[in-house]
Amino acid sequence: MTLEARVGAGVGAFEIEVELAVAAGELVAVLGPNGAGKTSLLRALAGLLPLRTGCVMLDGIVLEDPAAGIRVPSERRPIGLVFQEYLLFPHLSVRENVAFGLRARGMARAVALGEADRWLERVGLSGEGDRKPASLSGGQAQRVALARVLALNPALLLLDEPMAALDASTRVDFRRDLRRHLESFRGVRLLVTHDPVEAMAMADRLVVIEHGRVLQSGTPADVTQHPRSRYVADLVGVNLFRGRASQNVITLADGGSLTAAGAADGDVFAVVHPRTVALYRTRPDGTPRNVWEGRAVDLDLEGDRVRVRLSGLPPIVAEVTPAAVRDLGLDRGDQVWVAVKATEVSVYPA
Amino acid sequence: MALPTRSRRRLRPSAPLPIVILASAGAAFFIIPLLGLLLRTPWTSAWQQLGSVEVLAALRLSLLASLSATAIALTLGVPLAWTFARLTFPGRSVLRALTVLPMVLPPVVGGVALLLAFGRRGLVGGWLATTFGVHLPFTTAGAIIAETFVAMPFLVITVEAGLRSMDTRFEDAARTLGASRWTVLWRVTLPLVRPSLIAGAVLCWARALGEFGATITFAGNFPGRTQTMPLAVYLALESNPDAAIVLSLVLLGVSLAVLIGLRDRWLGQL
Repeated sequence: MTLEARVGAGVGAFEIEVELAVAAGELVAVLGPNGAGKTSLLRALAGLLPLRTGCVMLDGIVLEDPAAGIRVPSERRPIGLVFQEYLLFPHLSVRENVAFGLRARGMARAVALGEADRWLERVGLSGEGDRKPASLSGGQAQRVALARVLALNPALLLLDEPMAALDASTRVDFRRDLRRHLESFRGVRLLVTHDPVEAMAMADRLVVIEHGRVLQSGTPADVTQHPRSRYVADLVGVNLFRGRASQNVITLADGGSLTAAGAADGDVFAVVHPRTVALYRTRPDGTPRNVWEGRAVDLDLEGDRVRVRLSGLPPIVAEVTPAAVRDLGLDRGDQVWVAVKATEVSVYPA
Repeated sequence: MALPTRSRRRLRPSAPLPIVILASAGAAFFIIPLLGLLLRTPWTSAWQQLGSVEVLAALRLSLLASLSATAIALTLGVPLAWTFARLTFPGRSVLRALTVLPMVLPPVVGGVALLLAFGRRGLVGGWLATTFGVHLPFTTAGAIIAETFVAMPFLVITVEAGLRSMDTRFEDAARTLGASRWTVLWRVTLPLVRPSLIAGAVLCWARALGEFGATITFAGNFPGRTQTMPLAVYLALESNPDAAIVLSLVLLGVSLAVLIGLRDRWLGQL
């Protein structure tokens, strides 16, 4: 089972243009900031948002292709969609909610309710079938929503920020259970999230989208080690630069330059981890090849480290210990010297 | 201590005297007629009046006509409300304005318009008579039509508002679970707008029950056939004022019941 999709869709002036291929057994997480078009992508795959261009193919069957005039309506697509806000039908009991899809697909009432009870047991909610959704906690409600979708045995499972509405402690439990259910699920799985931890913890592969476009795709390790966007770099907490490399000197697009060890010529990304950035009161006289003057714009205590945001050419973030800040007498607005060793600049082609 | 009373006094806004006088007059304007009705009610003979043949006939007819009008309004008005809330098509706003027009139209004008449409020589009335042998004017069916015409807009706009404020993602969820549009409508949409459906139906029924102008114009005033309670009240005022008062009291009771029943929806603090 595979999903192959080229989604060109739009809500008003906002356009998304995303190409996606997910193999069976693979769990792909679509990661992106709010408003990146993640939910629009899922709605398009589910048939709730018509494509303008492109094609959605599941197991070789075309679900939608505007050019060919093909469009299978939502209710006839073999999909399951789990929503961030659960969207359990408030007028139906928990059991009836789970049975809803089975009933809609023609199963007899008694059989469907029995099946619903089995699914409630599987998600750890046996005996809760008579309750109304309003009386459930967030974690319980999302379990019911999951059971409601899994009961239909969909070929494509779409999860739209399933944990975003849960509180922190519930989220941990729910994530563990969700992972267990996803592991035993045979179809194609696609998870949308703006939470990098969720994405890294669950997914085999990440697809990073922003402004309706794919920025990067790869394994979580690959994406975090080689960020290709400010968004991912910020998530991982590293300094990302883009520029043109020539004989180990990278001329940065936003001004300034960096010397790196063993950089191939051409358009490149360069990553500098903040903890490898050293700060000095006076111009250092030593081995670091990259030395420039900056001004401390901001100091933030994070855990046992202080993140110092520096303006300069180029601007950079340094991570130092509180003791170092005290010894240096560093404060907001202070002028400092920044030093980065060439071997700490990691370079890869853009 | 003096402090609490002083602060409490400061919280209570003091009104200018002219406002107090005018507001009191305004309130009295509503209270005195109700008081008049209650004080003049012949309580001892009320049951006897209610049991009289004409009063019972009017009561029965009113219930039949207003409930039938509500049923028709639900059958036709809910699809209309759904159309206004969910579809966009050219001329929608004009069509919508026309369907709610009876709310502001003088009912007598509505009655005249109905005569011109369904009367013997009306737009479709003649065709109805020759093809189906159906005569609407001056029949019970005519009274029902007149009440529906005037009352249905209340249902349409109430249900439409309910549909518009509903979270349509529930419908999306139902569709991705495999429910056809028809199933979504019956099992998700209508149950979710149930409060609006009830409020709309009750408002519609109350309006139908009190209908006078359009009914008397289109259906006439035949006891037992088209003489509904409001018509009976009006006529009884000359011949049998006590019966008129008792009938009025019944209608007042119904209105109060509707108001109390819908107070959560319309009048939060009542």
